[in-house]
Amino acid sequence: MGRGNFMALALMLLGVAGMPFLTSGSYALTVGIFAGINALVAIGLCILMGSAGQVSLGQAGFYGIGAYVSSVLSIKFGLPVALSMIAAMAVASFAAVLLAVPALRLKGHYLAVATLGFGEIINVLLNEWGPGGPSGFGDIPHLTLFGYTLSSTTANFYFIWICVAAVIIFSLNILNSRTGRSLRAIHGSETASIAMGLDIVALKMKVFILSAVYASFAGALYAHYVTFISPSSFNLFYSVLALMMVVLGGITNVWGGVAGAIIITILPELLRKFEEFDVLVYGLILTLSLLFLRKGIVPLLIEKAVRLKGGSGARA
Amino acid sequence: MLELNGISKEFGGVRALSNVSFTVKAGSVSALIGPNGAGKSTLLNAISGIDPPDQGEVVFAGERVNGLSPMTIARRGLSRTFQHLELFGDMTVLENVIVGRNARTKAGFLASGLRLPFALREERESRKTSEEILDYIKLSHHRDDLASNLPIGEQRVLEIGRALATEPKLLLLDEPAAGLNMRETRDLGELIKRIRTEKGITIILVEHDMDLVMSISDAITVLNFGEVIARGTPLEIQKNPLVIAAYLGDEEA
Repeated sequence: MGRGNFMALALMLLGVAGMPFLTSGSYALTVGIFAGINALVAIGLCILMGSAGQVSLGQAGFYGIGAYVSSVLSIKFGLPVALSMIAAMAVASFAAVLLAVPALRLKGHYLAVATLGFGEIINVLLNEWGPGGPSGFGDIPHLTLFGYTLSSTTANFYFIWICVAAVIIFSLNILNSRTGRSLRAIHGSETASIAMGLDIVALKMKVFILSAVYASFAGALYAHYVTFISPSSFNLFYSVLALMMVVLGGITNVWGGVAGAIIITILPELLRKFEEFDVLVYGLILTLSLLFLRKGIVPLLIEKAVRLKGGSGARA
Repeated sequence: MLELNGISKEFGGVRALSNVSFTVKAGSVSALIGPNGAGKSTLLNAISGIDPPDQGEVVFAGERVNGLSPMTIARRGLSRTFQHLELFGDMTVLENVIVGRNARTKAGFLASGLRLPFALREERESRKTSEEILDYIKLSHHRDDLASNLPIGEQRVLEIGRALATEPKLLLLDEPAAGLNMRETRDLGELIKRIRTEKGITIILVEHDMDLVMSISDAITVLNFGEVIARGTPLEIQKNPLVIAAYLGDEEA
């Protein structure tokens, strides 16, 4: 981990630690929790898209699997929540393998459509087979760790952001290693990657699994925090939202995913004062930022910083 | 080191290679020459497994390798460069070479993400080896530059460096001098000779630059319309009337 990443992480943890003291009431913290949950999904998508060059419009599928499998296991089978969350991630990994089989043959737009179809299939399954059907179900237990139940907003806020920090560190380690370079190599030239002896089929499959694990973890955290879920939280709109987060923040950097998730989560809350025009302003802001910040916010900031220093750093 | 027995390949009814057979001795530099469309690149693709032959057999280091994936063949010690450069443009020069090390390292998602001791050790060794290779190919000064920002000559050398990082027994070079000026071509010739003598790596190159081919090759194979029309030392090839008619004659005209 380089100095920039270390500073960004320290800054983030400082902000997280201070949040409960800087804000009054649980409203801001609740928004913060959702930002953290979204960040987990976005980081996975960043690695999938930005490093490995694979598109996904189906992250809501994994997110939904995480929420539903973990909830059902803990309610119907009385499994401890921590265990049911792990089981949910395993199920999502399996789904990722199923998705990867056709996805490995596809590229670009075709891959986008295939993953979109995957997300929709999962959503239909949740509607048909999920407890409560389209109206969902409640009474999902909170997460209990070492005898302590995470029921308060503050506790959930801290826990989720500690998870985000851990996932960021894990992801940065991957990206700055043999594995991360292999992913970027596939993105750069599949022909050369094969000639260098890289197992591109296995790598693509594993990066799909990684993004599925992150998204399903986020889904499980979501379910056990809000304690009520319905299929509408896991539809195509969420997949598009996840895509917006990483594109806005910058797909080439995991911090882009984090920044994008925070912005996309907070923005609608800030726009409440526009009342019925909020969706309009929201859309306008997103369109303009995509037009003028094409590389994404974080990569642009890094470029600026590098230029200010007068260096010629190749990458962040 | 490499034995080709009756390699044939068709593309939609057009015979790109027909019954190509020859043997490459370990530790030699062999050149593959012939007019455009003679099937040289097709043959390289057939050897490296990217586009396997329809018929015939490729025996590499004593084992039949046709039918194996290019990935497996690469891991067995066959590496190559590309006529149309296939560098990882968004990665630095050093990173490009380190990717070559991936064929010889193991760390996966978990080991890398958790920074397990063996993964860190592997990473250190990969970096060290790759930096040594950059010294060897004289690109250390570009270590942290993006590969795509290098001039074409150095990009070609970098591809060779990346291939060396896989620790090949056999190195296939597809037109390594294309786009190079005279001085760069001479340096390239020196590098190829050094790789052969100092590292003992067997080299097969496809090349149009006849001065380079004649100065570094131990054996030359001439292809024309997918068939081997001559094989011999540079001197023999230069005197061969068939070759002169098919190829060198055109060149001098």
